Formats: sequence, structure tokens, C-alpha cells
Amino acid sequence: MKVLVPVKRVIDYNVKPRVKMDGTGVDLANVKMSMNPFDEIAVEEAIRLREKGVATEIVAVSIGVQKCQETLRTALAMGADRAILVLTEDEAEPLAVAKILKGIVDEEQPGLVILGKQAIDDDSNQTGQMLAALTGRPQGTFASKVEVDGDSVKVTREVDGGLETVSLKAPAIVTTDLRLNEPRYASLPNIMKAKSKPLANKTPADYGVDTAPRLKTLKVEEPAKRQAGVKVGDVDELIGKLKVLGVVA
Amino acid sequence: MKTLVWVEHDNASVKDATLATVTAASQLGDVDLLVAGSGCAAVADEAAGIAGVGTVYLADDAAYENALAENVAPLVVQLMGDHDAFVAPATSNGKNIAPRVAALLDVVQVSEILSVVSADTFTRPIYAGNAIATVQAPAGKLVLTVRGTAFAKAEKTGGAGTVQAAAAGGDQGLSTFVGSEISKSERPELTSAKIIVSGGRALQNSENFHTLIEPLADKLGAGVGASRAAVDAGYVPNDYQVGQTGKIVAPEVYIAVGISGAIQHLAGMKDSKVIIAINKDEDAPIFQVADVGLVGDLFKIVPELTGKL
Repeated sequence: MKVLVPVKRVIDYNVKPRVKMDGTGVDLANVKMSMNPFDEIAVEEAIRLREKGVATEIVAVSIGVQKCQETLRTALAMGADRAILVLTEDEAEPLAVAKILKGIVDEEQPGLVILGKQAIDDDSNQTGQMLAALTGRPQGTFASKVEVDGDSVKVTREVDGGLETVSLKAPAIVTTDLRLNEPRYASLPNIMKAKSKPLANKTPADYGVDTAPRLKTLKVEEPAKRQAGVKVGDVDELIGKLKVLGVVA
Repeated sequence: MKTLVWVEHDNASVKDATLATVTAASQLGDVDLLVAGSGCAAVADEAAGIAGVGTVYLADDAAYENALAENVAPLVVQLMGDHDAFVAPATSNGKNIAPRVAALLDVVQVSEILSVVSADTFTRPIYAGNAIATVQAPAGKLVLTVRGTAFAKAEKTGGAGTVQAAAAGGDQGLSTFVGSEISKSERPELTSAKIIVSGGRALQNSENFHTLIEPLADKLGAGVGASRAAVDAGYVPNDYQVGQTGKIVAPEVYIAVGISGAIQHLAGMKDSKVIIAINKDEDAPIFQVADVGLVGDLFKIVPELTGKL
């Protein structure tokens, strides 16, 4: 089956984000950007499915500015076969992204779409579920294990109290959790090869989607700072503090 | 405004996450509840007792037993005909279902709200809690998920809600529940515990977690948490994980043992009232947020602490 993997270009997860002084957002100028960590896991899972003979073709897609091409090249270097870049200057919201992805799903007819469970910039955790709703497909969110058996996709999900397993009727939508796999690094030869893999350029208009944000961001602030604490010298002092706090009698 | 709140339950009783969600919803307007499950009439009765609740819609059908989003979302959409907002706790169920509902209604969702500024304006954390955004939703129906630790819990009693059966849409035939492995624990549930003792990679193995962290937690009547490093290394199951991608907690006291304090971990616990850190590295970032810090070897400190309590 064909597998579609949407990937997002986000601030690198090791970078501490700085809020702009004017409160309009987070300063992304000259900040290192990378593929969203959950999306790396999604690409890796697609590749593993191909290595098992389940996936026949892997299509990576990204939506955003021209530089998202770099993110797609990373996916291609990991092992995706081709890529689609949907160019927009807007910061597309999950609903708009889901609508564009629906257009691509209609066109490509993948048997499986694997997304990350959330992007580490907006922390929404919505796109996969929204895509599943729009396409009328079942969803296996927060997946820590994916097994494809003919027409059914068995997904083990990380839920609040532990794990649960659901069986989905393909075509299905899966979103990855951290423990699904450990993504591989792209080797230098594969990075070179990725440069010649096909990358199609599209626009949201090709799918009849308006990406103008519906949600209005009024301001972005730093969270309240914590008061500086104290260091204690030994366990007895620590217990003294715990007593003051009323944790122990 | 009329809100419909998703009741988080296990087909036997209402879970605490529901109560904070009711508080958030009541800041928007009248609160109705949806209890979807199987053999869950007792849950609906319990839910009707929550203070300030109006109608409790009870959808009792085998198709809803495991809260499969494919089956539940159409039911919610149908009830949204006469509600203005769907409000769910940001639990794994809430996060699974709410976006599916939002897309079916063709509206944006606001995830994990921290506060209600006005009927259409909310604050929410972005970038792992390193920034707080104030966002205004467009006119029309609202879909929200609520961060449980950011709102007080509604009273479980004193309400006079009326239970009403909701027409069930049945099984959509897209997905089936196969089974679950739920971690058993006698300790307080992580997201509602007053005290949490959390361990990190420095514990070195699962056995040390059992012999050091758990006795300390038991002495304090605390819940047990872990950093991603400890979970990835297999010391504890992943539902122990506190952080951006794990559970978000805000207990009275959070004791971080052998946790360096990466931003992904801080995202899950930095709203705790008091943070206590035990770490041998005095430059560990955890000390920048800790109210009380003790620099030293956890293998000496923790047993001594447990012994002296």
C-alpha cells in the first residue's frame, strides 16, 4: 500500500524558544529549525513498513514556506520516495492543514497516513484526528505499535492508564507517539541521492483550501517566572523544609 | 452560551478530569454533560450530582464502551445542534475525540486551555509551555480541550442535573477495540496526586526505581512519576511519564530525583506549587525552577530521607 507521511518544519526541540518583546509571537529569526520529532518517527515507521514489504511507496508532504523543502529532503534522505510541498506564507492551522491533506489523500489514495501526534511548536495535537474526520477514515492516535494485516491495521495506543489496542479498517490514519520507534539518521550518500528524488510544488489553492488563520492570536507572553529557590546542605535541612511546607508532620 | 462537556469515566465512576472541565465550561455558560459508554447509568447519576450541571445526556450503547472516536464523534456532533461549545478534558480520550468533532463541525479547536478570558478568548501554552498565547476564536461553535491542572475541581455533590437518554448513532464499523493493558497501581493517580515523586535516568535501572523512589513515595502518600529518559530506558511504564508528551501535572509538591530538567520535562511539571530537586549536578537546569534543591548522590540521599520521614 501507499503510505503518506505529512511532516512539519518546526523550531529544533533543543532550542529554548524566546518570546518577542512586542508580544506578537516567538522569535524564529536565525533559530535552528528541524523536522518535528514526532514526524521523524512517522517517516521511520513508513520506511519500516516498506522494509517489511507492506508499504510500496512513501510520499512525504509538508505545508508552509519554501524552506519546508529542506524538511522534505530530510524525509527523502531517510527513505521516502517522493515529496509534495504545498507552499503558503500563512501559518496554516491544523484544520487548514487537514483540509489540504484531505485533498492529497483524495488524489493519492494512500492505504495509510502516518502523522506525528503533535507538533512541538503549537502543541495542538489535532491534525491527524481532523484528517481522519474529513476523510471519514478511522484513526489510531498516539501509536506505540502498528501492525498491518491485509485490510486491517492494528494499532497499540498510549492512553492515560496504560496501553490499548484497536483494530482499524484500512485506509486508516495513524499518529505516532514517542515510543513507536527510534528514527534512523540519513547517511551522506542518501542525503546526496535525496537531492534527485522528485519533489512536486503545489499551493493550497490547488486543493481549494484557504489557509488564512481563523483563530486570532491576540498576544504571546512569557509564562510567569518562578521565584528563585534555595539550596539546602543535607537531608535534615531538606526535611526541615518539608515540615515548613506541611508535606510531613 | 450552552456548553456540552465530555464526561471522562471508566463505565463505573466519573473521573476527576471531568470536574476541572466542568469549572472551565461553567465560565462560558450553562453546562450540560455527555456520558457515553456501555452499562454506565451509574456514571450518569453520579454526573448529575456535580454542582451546577443541567442536563446529563446518557448514550448507553456497546458502541461507546471504549470511547472509540469514530463512534463517539458523530454522537457529539448530533448533540451540538443545540449547544454552542463542546468542552473536553485534555485526557487521551479528550484529545482523541475533540479534534474529530471540530473537523466534522468545520471549526477550529483550541487545545489545552489554561484560562477563559472571555466567551471567545482563551489562554493556552505553546512551545512546551515556554510561551502562553492568548487566542480569540471566530464566531460560531467552539471546541475546546481543558488542561485539568489549570482549573479548580467542581464539587462532586450538590448538583441537580437531570439524566436524559441520547439517541445513539451506533457503531460506525470503522474501528474495533481489541484490548487494553492498564497499569495497576495502589498509589494516587498522577494527574490528581497532591505530592509526586519522580525519578530520572540517574536511577540507572528499574530495580533502583522500586527500591528508592517507590518507598519514598509511599512514605509521603505520593504518586510516582518519571522523566522520558527513565521511561525510554524501561525503568517504568510510559504512563508514568511527566512532560510535554506525557502527563501534565501540578501537584502541591513535586520531588524530582535524578532528573536534569530538560524543557520537555519542565513543560509537564513547572506549575507545581513547590518543586524539590535532588541531583548530584549542581548546574542541572532543574535547580533553576526548584524551590528547594539538594546537591548530592541520590543513592545516599533518598534512603536517608525515606528513613528519617
